[in-house]
Amino acid sequence: MTSPRADREIAVAADDDRLLGSSATSRLLIRPEMGAFVGAAAIWLYFAIVAGDSGFLTLGGTASYLEVSAQLGILAVAVALLMIGGEFDLSIGSVIGAAGMILALLTVNYSWNIWPAILIAAIASLAIGFLNGLLVVRTGLPSFIITLATLFIIRGLTIAITRLVTGRTQLGGMRDVAGYELAQTLFASRIQIGGAGFSVSILWWVGLTILATWILLRTPFGNWIFGVGGNEQAARNLGVPVVRVKITLFMLTSLAGCLVAVIQVIGSTGADVLRGQQQEFYAIIAVVIGGTLLTGGYGSAIGAALGALIFGMVRQGIVYAGVDADWFQVFLGGMLLIAVLINRFVRNRAMESRR
Amino acid sequence: MTEKTPLIEMRGITKYFGRVHALRDISMTVNSGEVMCLLGDNGAGKSTLIKVLAGVFPADEGQYLLDGEEVSFSSPRDALKRGIATVYQDLAMIPLMSVSRNFFLGSEPMKQIGPLKMYDAAAADVGAREELAKMGISIRDTSQPVGTLSGGERQSVAIARAVYFGARVLILDEPTAALGVKEAAVVLRYVAQARARGLGVIFITHNVHHAYPIGDRFTILNRGRSYGTFTRDEVSRQEIETMMAGGEELRELAEELAQIAQTGGGSS
Repeated sequence: MTSPRADREIAVAADDDRLLGSSATSRLLIRPEMGAFVGAAAIWLYFAIVAGDSGFLTLGGTASYLEVSAQLGILAVAVALLMIGGEFDLSIGSVIGAAGMILALLTVNYSWNIWPAILIAAIASLAIGFLNGLLVVRTGLPSFIITLATLFIIRGLTIAITRLVTGRTQLGGMRDVAGYELAQTLFASRIQIGGAGFSVSILWWVGLTILATWILLRTPFGNWIFGVGGNEQAARNLGVPVVRVKITLFMLTSLAGCLVAVIQVIGSTGADVLRGQQQEFYAIIAVVIGGTLLTGGYGSAIGAALGALIFGMVRQGIVYAGVDADWFQVFLGGMLLIAVLINRFVRNRAMESRR
Repeated sequence: MTEKTPLIEMRGITKYFGRVHALRDISMTVNSGEVMCLLGDNGAGKSTLIKVLAGVFPADEGQYLLDGEEVSFSSPRDALKRGIATVYQDLAMIPLMSVSRNFFLGSEPMKQIGPLKMYDAAAADVGAREELAKMGISIRDTSQPVGTLSGGERQSVAIARAVYFGARVLILDEPTAALGVKEAAVVLRYVAQARARGLGVIFITHNVHHAYPIGDRFTILNRGRSYGTFTRDEVSRQEIETMMAGGEELRELAEELAQIAQTGGGSS
């Protein structure tokens, strides 16, 4: 209005003058996924050296750790969005068990076609996510507690109802279910590359990572996720629909759990009520290794995907290295600790005045 | 006093919390292109009055007029839509988000690529930068997190944002409270900018030294009551301080003390 041109030129000039202070490296360092990227490279290099001869570097070895990474990664990417939005979901492991059992019950026990059964499992998962979200926003209680409760409720319901209906806790025989062929191709087939079978779940993982990154960085919804997680009250004051954002995030997380359940049930041609146990913790670990802050408002989906990649490489790499797999949990806990320390450092760097 | 209709007029605003009389019969006006300072010590009722103004809750009695029309807001969002923007001291910005993402939070610029509508990050960066420059705020890099800005800069960005999104009334809640002298001066400069653009500014503070240089008129609250509104010609810095501190009672006390110790009263 009041000839801003002159002002702007002065501002820009002042800008360039001071821009020297912030180096390109320090800007790169504050990308949330930077630590995970370096970590993934280091861990790959480590196992390439210690387990290179025993098959870690082969296509088969790569396919094996990528499959482990993919299933966790699908969860972790959704959990990353939720955690950036400032919430936790401990119930996803139970959702995996429940959704898988719903799918198996409807198809094996009640002879449904697989597609409507998948639809019902997805709707049930979305309903659980909706309920989690609603409870969190209505009560104002920490989501940690709310979803800890639903973790047990859902797992318990899954076990009790399955045993009530079938008298067992495991169901097999998915292979004979109507519609299995197409579902198998879509969710659990292998793509042969150089004699090694790469799980199609890797494509789901990569696709969802791209989608989640796009949502975070290139949609208003993504901006709202950062805002809600960073400062809920401030976001609300600016008219961000906080309740809608949070409930949507819980629903997406549950839906990711359902997708993992579908992949597992179809891949293994059966369901087990205990499927998905501890996955909630692994997902959170992958997300945190990926640079997302536990306090919300900062993080990335790519980081979570890299966290899952690290998880898969360590889990399979240990086997290739000939180390007893019992040591895996020690590694995992150690990496989590290191990741949290690095994240704190990165966050402080990000907050440092760049003047 | 003024011929034209005031932007905001409050008539006999009263608010109770249980048995506590938080505001009693407060009347004041704000015109466009002026800074109205709302002064008062802790517990004077400033926060309550802001919340009534901002639409957080309605008053129990009295009228709230916008452009001469009575209004009642159901939420801060509702007030914002009518052009009444509130910048809270701590809740203005999200520290870990970039300046441009903060600037456009809740009103993101969009672009169309094929069938997809998406957030236009480049436009947000350039837009935020230009809008801030118009207010005379130079941010080196609008993709840096707000947390890297100083307290004064954050307040300034919040003010610029409210101006950009069409605020007509700007309510500033203690914008200079946690700031040093230089930082406060920076914020006051942007308050002056907002006034120059024709906004009505309600500047809430308990610091007379920040209010006096910028204020056109001063409304002084004490224990939920108003001592009235004064123009700068009508009242001195000293008198405002005295009224804030408790008016007559304190003046009497000060005189007593002066008699005893031969010193002036009323500095806090």
